[in-house]
Amino acid sequence: MSELLNVPTMADFMAQGKQPEVLFWVGCAGSFDDRAKKITKAFVKLLNKANVEFAVLGTEESCTGDPAKRAGNEFLFQMQAVTNIEVLNAYDIKKIVTACPHCFNTIKNEYPGLGGNYEVMHHTQFLKTLLDEGRLTIEGGQFKGKRITFHDPCYLGRANNVYEAPRDLIKKLEAELIEMKNCKRTGLCCGAGGAQMFKDAEKGNKEVNIERTEQALEIKPEIIAAGCPFCNTMMTDGVKAKDKEKDLPVMDIAELIANAQDL
Amino acid sequence: MSYLPNILFAMALIIGVGYFVKNVKKLIRNIKLGHDVDVSDNKSQRWKNMAMIALGQTKMIRRPIAGILHVIVYVGFIVINIEVLEIIIDGLFGTHRLFSAIGKPYDVLIGIFEILAVLVFISVILFWMRRNMIKLKRFWKPEMTSWPKNDGNFILYFEMVLMTLFLVMNATDVHFQNMNSGNVVSQFIAPFFSSLSETTVHVIERAAWWMHILGILVFLNYLYFSKHLHILLAFPNTYYGSLKPKGQFDNLEAVTKEVKLMMDPNIDPFAAPVEGTSTDTPAKFGASDVQDLNWVQLLNAYTCTECGRCTSECPANQTGKKLSPRKIMMDTRDRLEEVGKNIDLNKGTFKEDGKQLLDDYITREELWACTSCNACVEACPVSINPLSIIIDMRRYLVMEQSAAPTELNSMITNIENNGAPWPYNQMDRLNWKNE
Repeated sequence: MSELLNVPTMADFMAQGKQPEVLFWVGCAGSFDDRAKKITKAFVKLLNKANVEFAVLGTEESCTGDPAKRAGNEFLFQMQAVTNIEVLNAYDIKKIVTACPHCFNTIKNEYPGLGGNYEVMHHTQFLKTLLDEGRLTIEGGQFKGKRITFHDPCYLGRANNVYEAPRDLIKKLEAELIEMKNCKRTGLCCGAGGAQMFKDAEKGNKEVNIERTEQALEIKPEIIAAGCPFCNTMMTDGVKAKDKEKDLPVMDIAELIANAQDL
Repeated sequence: MSYLPNILFAMALIIGVGYFVKNVKKLIRNIKLGHDVDVSDNKSQRWKNMAMIALGQTKMIRRPIAGILHVIVYVGFIVINIEVLEIIIDGLFGTHRLFSAIGKPYDVLIGIFEILAVLVFISVILFWMRRNMIKLKRFWKPEMTSWPKNDGNFILYFEMVLMTLFLVMNATDVHFQNMNSGNVVSQFIAPFFSSLSETTVHVIERAAWWMHILGILVFLNYLYFSKHLHILLAFPNTYYGSLKPKGQFDNLEAVTKEVKLMMDPNIDPFAAPVEGTSTDTPAKFGASDVQDLNWVQLLNAYTCTECGRCTSECPANQTGKKLSPRKIMMDTRDRLEEVGKNIDLNKGTFKEDGKQLLDDYITREELWACTSCNACVEACPVSINPLSIIIDMRRYLVMEQSAAPTELNSMITNIENNGAPWPYNQMDRLNWKNE
């Protein structure tokens, strides 16, 4: 990619004796997964556009321990958590934003008990604040009037009762927000949570992501919006399995907004 | 001999209530087999949850048809039971409709009872049809055969019979019918008995009265053996239900201690343990049997009324996997009952029976099918958390038995070595910036 992204690290800030407004916790998917990296970049573009002084941990970041914990390896989870908390506290981090609901949930809810207390926001909440404060403006652009449905990530929705921030952003795009029959607190899982992402599913008669994709297809959206890199993968695979990948893109909210602005 | 009915009534009451109390004590003992958990925080929010969720039925009505029918039966149950107070006093002292002395308000009250009795009767019929004729999917899952299936129907029959007896009792009460006030429903039943002699009608009235109150006592004692316990336990269960965000799983304290020891550079790993500071048996991580769970989880198990809303919302169950959150709760309760009976038989101590909750009740396949999406927790109308049991059992499998599925072991090794669930180098974490 030719364009230059401005992505300072905490070490950079420390060297200048400064503190960023917010730490962007990129997460493993956002760092390594090819699809999720695009979401990371889209979000960074928006942060750059809104002149947010943010930093990443870069090579000092490590897995939050979420998949280990959900898989039952509490020991590894706490090792990861304590190590991360040491790094975060050493940099005196106060506020964290992340585009991954799993990182969001873990740092927000499970780190305080181990000595890590931070204000944690999901990137849709953060973007919403930027809009409310007038630091970022959204115009519908190419998404005006498009039928967009939002797939609630379990760890953002039910787990933390965040249902409206992502929807508010879609509405800001002047798109037509349509809901699947299971949405918000009854939203159906994509099938990736609880460490399922890293294993084959148990024997059944269908994959969970196919079931969810079928629910989406029922209401004939033009775009499926997601707010989680894992949901994104699962829904993208689901759409592919239905041979619809040409007509039905699965996009993160951050990508929608960045694209609307032609960033 | 004129006191014979009073004496018989008092005996029935003492036996009925006494046996129930005995079983409640057993219930409490069994629940206390779980280890302790601190739920003393935020009392005001807890009372509020109980008022809204148990008393106010707010989560029941999220499914409007079942919800409204349930509210009718629930309100009927509570309101009509005011009548039981009068029946007990009448029975003990040989009075007849003692409260009727208050006049008009009594008639209004009985009128309300009669209307509710009819509504309850109709609702119960509709419930029965949903189970047995419409055959709603969630009532026909594999765990809903034999006893659980019959239990559901028995409760409905009980309620039908009790409501019928209540109305017949009023319809055949000649004195009450002659007052012709408050008999809003029973006046239409009374004509069916008009051809009978006065004595026969009186005998029917007495029989209905006795069967009604004895039926209530039997039903009370049926509770302990039934999923119907929820009518009592829903209240403590919603009070003790989690107040944390659903995504927050507890951090195991026993693990925290070990992790702190490992991370502390000042600790001498070869030092002899200071006497009196450490316990001899190391804590068991996770749960393989009911005693490894906490008492709120065990209370959850007894509270479950097997409605299956959790299972119908479960993504794994919807896609044909073996996991059913309802079965997790039923298995936990059944095993706990088994452990309780074992303790009863062995003079108060549990004798190893070679069985446990894991494998003998809940299979690994079920545990590993969970996506931890919290749909079951959200769906439960009485704040039961099947997910916490699933996670505790996974913890046992992984930390005590190293028995995670192979693919998960690679994920775990990757996190240990690279700080990511995939085999990428931590030093490459920022490469995306320049790609």
